[in-house]
Amino acid sequence: MDNLLLMMAPLFSSKLLIVLLFGTLFGLILGVLPGLGPTTGGALILPFTMTLDPLSAIVLLTSIYCAGTYGGAITAVLINTPGTPAAAATCLDGYPLAQKGEAGRALGMATVSSTVGGIFSVIVLVFFAPVLAKLAYEFGQPEYFALAIFGLTMLASIGEGSPIKNLIAGAFGILISTIGKDFMTSIDRFTYGINELSVGIGFIPVVVGLFAISEMLTQSTLLDQVFKRVALKAVKLPSLDDYKKTWKTILRSSGIGSFIGVLPAEGGTVASLIGYSEAKRFSKEPEEFGKGSIEGIAGAEAANNAATGGAMVPTLALGIPGSATTAVILTGLIIHGVRPGPDLFREQPDFLYGIFGAMLIANVLFFIFGFFGAKLFARITLVPNKILWPMIFAVSVCGTYSLSQSIIDVWIMLFFGVLGFFMRRFGFSVVPVIIGLILGELVEGTLRQSLVIFDGNWLMFLTRPIALTFFILSLIALAFPLLRSKKQKKIND
Amino acid sequence: MNNVQNKKRANKSLPFFFKDEFKVFFVIIFFSTILLISTFTFDKVPPILNRGIQPATFPKGLLVLIMFLTTIIYYLSFKNPWKKEKKLPKPFFLTILSFILFVVISKTLDFFLAISVLSIFVSYNWGERRVFYLLLVGIIFPLVVFIFFEMILGLRFPPGIITNLYYY
Repeated sequence: MDNLLLMMAPLFSSKLLIVLLFGTLFGLILGVLPGLGPTTGGALILPFTMTLDPLSAIVLLTSIYCAGTYGGAITAVLINTPGTPAAAATCLDGYPLAQKGEAGRALGMATVSSTVGGIFSVIVLVFFAPVLAKLAYEFGQPEYFALAIFGLTMLASIGEGSPIKNLIAGAFGILISTIGKDFMTSIDRFTYGINELSVGIGFIPVVVGLFAISEMLTQSTLLDQVFKRVALKAVKLPSLDDYKKTWKTILRSSGIGSFIGVLPAEGGTVASLIGYSEAKRFSKEPEEFGKGSIEGIAGAEAANNAATGGAMVPTLALGIPGSATTAVILTGLIIHGVRPGPDLFREQPDFLYGIFGAMLIANVLFFIFGFFGAKLFARITLVPNKILWPMIFAVSVCGTYSLSQSIIDVWIMLFFGVLGFFMRRFGFSVVPVIIGLILGELVEGTLRQSLVIFDGNWLMFLTRPIALTFFILSLIALAFPLLRSKKQKKIND
Repeated sequence: MNNVQNKKRANKSLPFFFKDEFKVFFVIIFFSTILLISTFTFDKVPPILNRGIQPATFPKGLLVLIMFLTTIIYYLSFKNPWKKEKKLPKPFFLTILSFILFVVISKTLDFFLAISVLSIFVSYNWGERRVFYLLLVGIIFPLVVFIFFEMILGLRFPPGIITNLYYY
């Protein structure tokens, strides 16, 4: 009961309500604009959160996360371009249905299923995060090392694209974290006499570079692209028939999304694809998928929004981000002096339940905004890239500069922008770099401390049951893509 | 599907050093080797201060892992060639050029001027010809962002020929 009251706290604080309203609106705009999204938006707004108290800052970031994930559906349905990668599966049926003159029905279903998925995942978060945090009390340095390795291997195996390329990207992210003074011995590594590099490479220049600047370069290659827009009169609530047809799909996808979200991977993107394919598998009309199936929209949208709450579970309970956007939220927590983990649950329950409550309210808010304002939000996509992206560049540069007031950070951002463009061009996902960068210090620190505990004997890791379990799970995660491709080959033959 | 197969075939007919697979392999191995060599120049700590492993050991391990995995993806590309990517268009190179201009101008003249020049340059090369919109992205919007960051976050931008006019 106390926790429920704590969850409702944002409703009784005018400041938090304003932050929530702004975050939801901003998140929707980011989600609607192809190429932007909650990760880039969160990274860009992070410097502004320094003017807020920690709870307001994290409420702002989480509301952007929830609304941004939903916002991608609007562009997916109306212009056949996912606003965010997590909405890619929504295009498959959303756009064909819109072409049939039922854009309002498609968006109505996307809005309802996103809201149900989002609320379902917050409930999972409320119950599951404290349990995981309690378990984490048993963790020592070797267990945290094994957990971080498990996170990275999961990211490689169930993330988008080639698992080996994902592993390379993850290792590269960890390598970036080693630049600067070694945090244990203060010895310079990869600084090459440049003083500014002694403090290491900041998270924000890398995130803004890999997401915003690389996307700007991608947009420069797509200038001749013409979007075919479908007109929208108004968003319609799903009919009783639609509810009867989709309620099982929505619940199933909510469960799938929450589960996938908990795993450290590209949360919403993978969740929506699995949610979509499972909806097709269980459907009585699988032949309708790809032609404007209402179940297809429900399956994809419930899953990608359910992944938001799921991804917050390991972020808050263990300090291990469940997705790229939660990595930004984790950075927000750290720069505001909040250390995620089991102690957070014991010492600051009001803070935590405030976040849970804010996520719940954000889901309701984007339902209202989406329902009444989708037509308006869709118009934002009419802003031409030749005007939008130079503006985003100006915000990116000032935002990156503002955190340490260092011009070197801006150059690092540009470097990672170019690098990110070529990584994506050749099939390397940039998300593992971000997760690797944020987990880097944890991986190296826990490894070195474990070796101190074990007196340099690596085999001692195998004597710790929890660590051993994570290592076995990591091996399974690495073997999974291999088994999957063999199975696929068998099916193709 | 046929399109992808055609692209793959097109990539297969190229000499190996022109293929994307080789270029990616070469670049990663080249830079990893340079970084690996530089790890041998890191200072060592005496055994009493050594926490588990030397500071160079962890990055060395990562670089070896990256090189090993890169070799695997190159080997796998013989069986399964990558699809050939489209040639990059002119606006892409002009955008890269604008980044270089940005670095040069922000270093030598002024940070704000660099943002303005880049914005106008990019917007013009991406097809914008209307003077009002060029002024909007090049002067009005950066000015709003500049003042917003300055006033809300109390940020002090680096000195330069234009920024100095604002501060003094």
